Amino acid sequence: MSNDSGNGKQGSGLKYVDEFRDRAKAQILVKEIGKLAADIPLAQQRPLQIMEVCGGHTHSIFRYGIEGMLPKSVELVHGPGCPVCVLPMGRVDDCVAIAERPDVIFTTFGDAMRVPGSRKSLSQAKADGADVRVVYSPMDALALACKNPEREVVFFGIGFETTMPSTALTVLQAERDGITNFWVFCNHITIVPTIKAILDSPDLALDGFLGPGHVSMVTGPAPYEFIARFYRRPMVISGFEPLDVLQSIWMVLRQIKEGRCEIENQYARIVPEAGNAAALKAVGQVYELREFFEWRGLGSIDHSGVKMREAYARFDAERRFAVPNVKITDPQSCQCGEVLKGAIKPWQCKVFGSACTPETPLGALMVSSEGACAAYYQYGGKRTGEAAAAEAETA
Amino acid sequence: MNSTPVRRPPPRGKVHVPTVTLAHGGGGKAMRDLIDDVFVGAFDNPLLAPLDDQARLGLAALSSRGDRLAFTTDSFVVDPLVFAGGDIGKLAVCGTINDLSVSGAMPLYLSCAVIIEEGVSMNLLRQIARSMAETARAANVQIVTGDTKVVNKGACDKLFITTTGVGTIRPDIDLGAHRARAGDHVIVNGLLGDHGATILAARGDMALETPIESDCAALHDLIAALLEAAPATRFLRDPTRGGIATVLNEIAEAAQVSIEIDEDRTPLRPEVRGFCEILGLDPLYLANEGKIVAVVPPEQSDAALEAMHAHRLGGEASVIGNHLR
Repeated sequence: MSNDSGNGKQGSGLKYVDEFRDRAKAQILVKEIGKLAADIPLAQQRPLQIMEVCGGHTHSIFRYGIEGMLPKSVELVHGPGCPVCVLPMGRVDDCVAIAERPDVIFTTFGDAMRVPGSRKSLSQAKADGADVRVVYSPMDALALACKNPEREVVFFGIGFETTMPSTALTVLQAERDGITNFWVFCNHITIVPTIKAILDSPDLALDGFLGPGHVSMVTGPAPYEFIARFYRRPMVISGFEPLDVLQSIWMVLRQIKEGRCEIENQYARIVPEAGNAAALKAVGQVYELREFFEWRGLGSIDHSGVKMREAYARFDAERRFAVPNVKITDPQSCQCGEVLKGAIKPWQCKVFGSACTPETPLGALMVSSEGACAAYYQYGGKRTGEAAAAEAETA
Repeated sequence: MNSTPVRRPPPRGKVHVPTVTLAHGGGGKAMRDLIDDVFVGAFDNPLLAPLDDQARLGLAALSSRGDRLAFTTDSFVVDPLVFAGGDIGKLAVCGTINDLSVSGAMPLYLSCAVIIEEGVSMNLLRQIARSMAETARAANVQIVTGDTKVVNKGACDKLFITTTGVGTIRPDIDLGAHRARAGDHVIVNGLLGDHGATILAARGDMALETPIESDCAALHDLIAALLEAAPATRFLRDPTRGGIATVLNEIAEAAQVSIEIDEDRTPLRPEVRGFCEILGLDPLYLANEGKIVAVVPPEQSDAALEAMHAHRLGGEASVIGNHLR
């Protein structure tokens, strides 16, 4: 990228973007990663496996070709941190059922539009006449509710701690304003129980983690302490630019080499040690943990989702609309679960690139740009994958 | 008997109501007045003037200009109708001119079919027709036939325009993806993604204000200069919907080549980059309406670049990549 941001106009220079995409510095980091890996005895026996938990990291890793720059002794495993990808089909069916009610305006972030349900996606429901609208913030949904008092406006609350506070604050705003035609269909999830479930899974051998950046901006690093303390795995909370990701990988390797297991914070320019107190307060006020929540591909995980507290029941779409809430098993040919756990690579899935493509996704990982399969498909991983598969067959 | 062809009287229709109603599509006087007031007055040319069901184009004049006709059609449904740097009318004229021009054709005649939702402001319609007329006049093409329909509220979104165009291709020009070779240079004539970013920002969903303007422009003149300077140019595409990335993918598929582009040399306005960073978009997938991608053999690359730099629509032209086998 050219660095010609020097016209002095506000907003034209991109602070903290160009600095973190510097090619020369990236090459130095890659070299240092190689040196460190060569110094770790375990890495000589098998590749070290580092999981990036967050879908945002998965996207960066593919967009900037980071996987291809790493030495063979360091492998990235793409984790479950894309909220759209882990949304089970039954939940999409619930969305469609709510959206198809004649009085409802159903509002959602754009990336949930194409997630397949058992009958249809929200995008298909819209084409069939449901009033489904893409918004960029829950506050936009609340504004729609104010503007359309005769309609029932439902916001599809989805995402980890990153988006949880904005939904919570919108509910609090709706309460203050006395809005009576606004509901949240709460599908917010929390990452910590899921990391724990992954660590408890017997078919997994992970050597370290890149910790989520935006979730940590809200929660701070403290919730991950158990990973270091009880599971003895290093984690580095990482930013999303290529130099962030490379530096974080280097930091994980350094911990492995020095025999340390700590939660380190590479993304200190965004992630404060204590998290965001105001956001956490709003979250605590509006939500409580669910007993369990169903994750696509991973199954039911205890305490991994939140629901609205009794005090905010009148904004809870689940109570208002009596959703079908049927558990739908994923299509048999779909291997999203194995990919999510890192047991197979996306291109090793039976339907990758054939029955399942970004245009006609079978599984959720093909839907969102943060899904590992869509990333492999879009950024040439498909051909890389095919070549590797052919190589494996001839070997 | 008088053998002079019967000509209708010159247009005198005038619309006095502020908005378009279904009556303006009914085929009677109201419709005739709308066509006269809004379109014929603006487009004003002898081929259109008789207002027959078709324009009649002389073959001799056409065949003296080339040995093939280029013929294309495109529909325009942009929302909002008016945006920074243009409007749906300018877009509809430029878009079809550009679709003709990238074949190397000289664009000559356009048709214009409009579908109007009842309730659209008459002044807005006049503004858009004037914009079409001015754009066509500046590009030296004539809008020679057209059609007007008015539909019920909700049956279309304010205004849809379809333009069809014909142009002539000189015998010595033969552009096509199949002519691409390993080592060819990929050139663009300027900053990418301006149109797409403008339209996204103008829709107002994101409450982002930007100084970005659509690059909407007719490219035939720039293309003529390019083909003059670099006659061995392999082929051209206009990276509209889907952006430069989609066009490069299409080229790679059609020509069975790999294309590598250099991020440092890809011209992007800092504002467009910033806009894309905030929204998580890839600027290479944003639409352009005044850009071409030219595939040029390396020995004529400098000449092509020089010709573009000398043109007002090519000041920021850059070689962005190479074809690899």
